[in-house]
Amino acid sequence: MIELRDVRKIFNQGQHNEYAALSGITLTIEAKRVTALRGPSGSGKTTLLTLIGCLARPTSGRVSLHGRDISGLPERFLTEIRRQTFGFVFQQFNLIKGMSALENIMLPAYPTGQPHAELTARAEALLERLRLAHRGNARVEWLSGGEQQRVAIARALINNPEVLIADEPTANLDTALAKEFMAILESFGEEGRTVILTSHDPLVVESAAVHRVVNMRDGLLVEHHD
Amino acid sequence: MKFWLERQRHLIDFTLASLARRKAKNLGLLAVFTLLVFVLASVMLFSHALRHEAALVLKDSPEIVLQRLVAGRHDLIPPGYLDAIGRIRGVQNTQGRLWGYYYDSVVKANYTFMVPPDGGIEKGTIVVGPALERERGLAENNGISFRSYNGQLFSYTIAKVLPRPSELVSADLVLMNEADFRAFFTYPEGHYTDIALSVANPLEVRNVASKLANILPDSRPILREEVLRTYASMFDWREGLMLALLSAALLAFAILAWEKASGLSAEEKREIGILKAVGWETGDVIKMKLWEGGLLSLTAFLLGFVAAYLQVFRFNAPLFEPVLKGWSVLYPRFELVPAIDGLQVATLFFFTVFPYMAAVLVPIWRAAVTDPDAVMRA
Repeated sequence: MIELRDVRKIFNQGQHNEYAALSGITLTIEAKRVTALRGPSGSGKTTLLTLIGCLARPTSGRVSLHGRDISGLPERFLTEIRRQTFGFVFQQFNLIKGMSALENIMLPAYPTGQPHAELTARAEALLERLRLAHRGNARVEWLSGGEQQRVAIARALINNPEVLIADEPTANLDTALAKEFMAILESFGEEGRTVILTSHDPLVVESAAVHRVVNMRDGLLVEHHD
Repeated sequence: MKFWLERQRHLIDFTLASLARRKAKNLGLLAVFTLLVFVLASVMLFSHALRHEAALVLKDSPEIVLQRLVAGRHDLIPPGYLDAIGRIRGVQNTQGRLWGYYYDSVVKANYTFMVPPDGGIEKGTIVVGPALERERGLAENNGISFRSYNGQLFSYTIAKVLPRPSELVSADLVLMNEADFRAFFTYPEGHYTDIALSVANPLEVRNVASKLANILPDSRPILREEVLRTYASMFDWREGLMLALLSAALLAFAILAWEKASGLSAEEKREIGILKAVGWETGDVIKMKLWEGGLLSLTAFLLGFVAAYLQVFRFNAPLFEPVLKGWSVLYPRFELVPAIDGLQVATLFFFTVFPYMAAVLVPIWRAAVTDPDAVMRA
């Protein structure tokens, strides 16, 4: 589904602080599977995730989605692909403070121009599914860490994306909440959604919900475990 | 189209929620901006209404007023001048006018004594302007005495008080009979203060004026259009002076508004990053912020303008009246007829709303073009 060929990402190119985050990654990510990128801090996991999720473009190499090369597309097209194909759960959740859980969930759908009533119904259904229906109108800063993460997950799902991308999803959660997240992840796997996540938490990478672990170090792939 | 409308609706919804989230900052901005528009619009509306009023008053005034000069000073028109003018072609009508100033030491104010062109005032009676009625506590049928310049005391009965809507020009007016006027000022018979001429063809006015200057070399013709221009420039000058005095305060307000509008907080930058990461285009973010700036500045413009309108036309401009309206000791009290100049409103709009939008746009554009992956790396 997603193919990366000799992908490199260099930050601050040509400057004294030039830094190669990815040094030639070739990888294929299968659809409807849960793939985990594992590696120590600075190994390039998050950078790889941003390239897969169309949040950034590679310095060189190719990224293709369903066989279509998307690495050279202008920002506008990348945004559209990002909106339609990917849903993101960030490490810090990145919810907008001062707004309700429901409003936060609906945010990615605003540019799609779908009727408000339809959006609200979808967001409420997601809250229901994630057992947060009673917190829909609460401001996100009043929610617990676990609740905030579930709001972030609901937000990632509002446009019904094919691929869910999660960056260190359990980094800010205790064991109980991390297990809860894995249960949600498992349900995504069961419904045939593609999930790509980064983690070095054994609870995640050793979970049965994860179909494949990709190890990384210093911007390179180390080995594959299927 | 429906899709586009729905999208704009979502953007406005989000914008309103954003404005509500930063209540203190936005209310502060709204207050400063409204005040700025209020002050500017008040001065503009008031000066324009005064100019409009003056033009309306002068519309029916004679095309030319002829004065006689002696040693460069205004002197009485001697007998024979009216006949000399009557022979000039193009002059439709001539009228010798009688008027003069009188200083009333009781209220320390100057009045204008005048004989109305159509007469109609009985001997021993006068008609007074509303300011006189107010200052001297007069009413119809009351008696009043004035001591003339030669020391003699004259008593009159008030026949009528002039209506208030005419107060801009009639505040200090005292209308009297010709015989009373000549007796009060010891005006010699056959002499006049000046001569009013009506000229049928407006294109002929300047020709008539130059003929007058030839026939009566010691006279000075004053054209209506010149008076109009003088009024206009006087109010322009006052408006300019007022704005110059206010400019320091306005500038301070403007800088404050600019500073508040153009500075993006770290929180706002973070939000823009999140919106981009979850699928908003750069254009969506800019549009949303433009809606934000637009809603705020338009609300402020409307509030400021309506407040200025009410201040000027409903409450008689208590803030600017002393500077813009008064020209003698007796201040006219009158309600201005609402007169709005579309171009002036457009100018005010252009110089308040547009700079604000620009102030909002530049930092937003800078923040909106940042890479969406910044939020992942933060």
